[in-house]
Amino acid sequence: MSRTEIRITGFGGQGVVLSGYIIGRACAIQAGKHATMIQSFGPEARGSACSTMLAVSDTEVLYPYIGRPDVFVAMSTEGYDKYADELKDDGTLIYEQNLVHPTLKEGQPSFGVPSTRLAEQLGRAIVQNIVMLGFVAAVTKMVTHAEMRGAVEASVPPGTEALNLAAFDAGWDYYEQEYGDKKGEAAAAASSGA
Amino acid sequence: MKADPAGVLTGAHYLDGDFACGEGAMAAGCRFTAGYPITPSTEVVERISRRFPMMGGTFVQMEDELASMAAVVGASWTGTKSFTVTSGPGFSLMMENIGLAVMMETPCVVVNVQRGGPSTGLPTMTGQADMMQARWGSHGDYELIAMSPQSPQEAFDLTIDAFNLAELYRVPVLFMMDECVGHMTEKVVIPPADEIEIVPRKLTKSKPGDFEPYRANGQMVPEFARAGDGYRFHTTGLTHDERGYPEMSAECQDKLVRRLMDKINGNADKIVRFEEEDTDGADVVVLSYGITARVAREGIDLAREKGVKVGVIRLIVVWPFPEKRIRELAGTVKAIVVPEINYGQMVLEVERCAAGRCASVCVPHGGGGVHDPSDICDAIMGAVK
Repeated sequence: MSRTEIRITGFGGQGVVLSGYIIGRACAIQAGKHATMIQSFGPEARGSACSTMLAVSDTEVLYPYIGRPDVFVAMSTEGYDKYADELKDDGTLIYEQNLVHPTLKEGQPSFGVPSTRLAEQLGRAIVQNIVMLGFVAAVTKMVTHAEMRGAVEASVPPGTEALNLAAFDAGWDYYEQEYGDKKGEAAAAASSGA
Repeated sequence: MKADPAGVLTGAHYLDGDFACGEGAMAAGCRFTAGYPITPSTEVVERISRRFPMMGGTFVQMEDELASMAAVVGASWTGTKSFTVTSGPGFSLMMENIGLAVMMETPCVVVNVQRGGPSTGLPTMTGQADMMQARWGSHGDYELIAMSPQSPQEAFDLTIDAFNLAELYRVPVLFMMDECVGHMTEKVVIPPADEIEIVPRKLTKSKPGDFEPYRANGQMVPEFARAGDGYRFHTTGLTHDERGYPEMSAECQDKLVRRLMDKINGNADKIVRFEEEDTDGADVVVLSYGITARVAREGIDLAREKGVKVGVIRLIVVWPFPEKRIRELAGTVKAIVVPEINYGQMVLEVERCAAGRCASVCVPHGGGGVHDPSDICDAIMGAVK
């Protein structure tokens, strides 16, 4: 049994729950895995610390809560401060680099993305969570690009698909450019050419 | 009969328990909902209120939970399948009219997405502490049916069953979810409408002059005439005779209330529903329900790794309680271990049925989360010592 645990945090209103929902949907519907999403929030509708947890597995998920996540996505400082310590020692940290200033640890793969700025460049800061989602999808490769993109398209309000898919692509491409295979390939091509 | 396709969202979805419950209600043919918003149940009616206009359903946001339950009872008397949705504080307010529904033999469903209590308690966090309130919350002697789903898929499937049982026995069915299942999102497969079996209202075929609304004719459940169908119509919360008219006598009380109880108790074998696994030769049986049944599986696996033979009972229908089976098991195991998110409610029923023939072990949790599986394992290990 392989089980991957993910926690996503941010402020209420930042789209934390929707981004968790889309990851879960991509895993459960598009990719045919078992994916259980749990959300926790305060009595306030906006602005309070919000968190969603996902357990993704090849077999049935019984215990729905997570212990030490394999992946931690932080979109606010408050959320980062609250949950950073539970991340596995070798777990993957993903953060909104203009909002969260993490203490990076050796042996802990860490990836920052200016998701709010990228969303603003698309004209709507509200799609920050989908930019982040594209970035998370590219970092983790937990499902294929097409599966996650399909889940975005199926989950966002009708009429907003184009904007949200552009946001998803912006996040994915940022990873490729800053951390991904494209960067590696470019470097490898340069060195083998030399 | 088969479900009306208008209410059935066939396909594979990624839904939380609340949404799945709402879809189950619409698939079951529910077309009237009255409610007052309360966390963590509001998503059920959010879903309903968006989708009802597409199938001719009516949702009314009422001024409070007393009125909500009253409206549901009234709507059901027009022949429309009806339900309401609430959580702890609202469930308390609904108790009087749930009793009215029992006395008037009104088919309806009440969903309680349980949160931590008492009072307003933990609005956004889970609990299972209303289980005895479901059984005893309204005054007087009565029997009803209560169910508990362990997943969004079951929230869909069992909501349909809840509506069907309400029609079969003309009784309120209480759908006792917990916040964890209500707010948990998983894959939910909704079958085609022609694969969903629906129990319609059992309308009388008597001529208007011959019909008496509470004459059971040797059956335990009387036939139904809708308000406005042209039949002489009287129904009341007062003790009543077969015509529905108040009659204040010990004889009438005995005849009526005995039938109300017998129609559930006498059919308990058909209504009771639970899953059983590995109880043959078990040292200990773990009995649980709702989200705790899933969490318990992890604790059971830990105990099995240590060599204990552990059987499993998962309640699906919680009331009526599977008395017969628990009495049998009590004679064959050392202990029945009952984890639940309260300080010991269903364990009391286990203890009553076991009657001292095996230990009944409560594994409490005050609410606001679920058990640590190792606590359940420790309770199992303690019980076999």
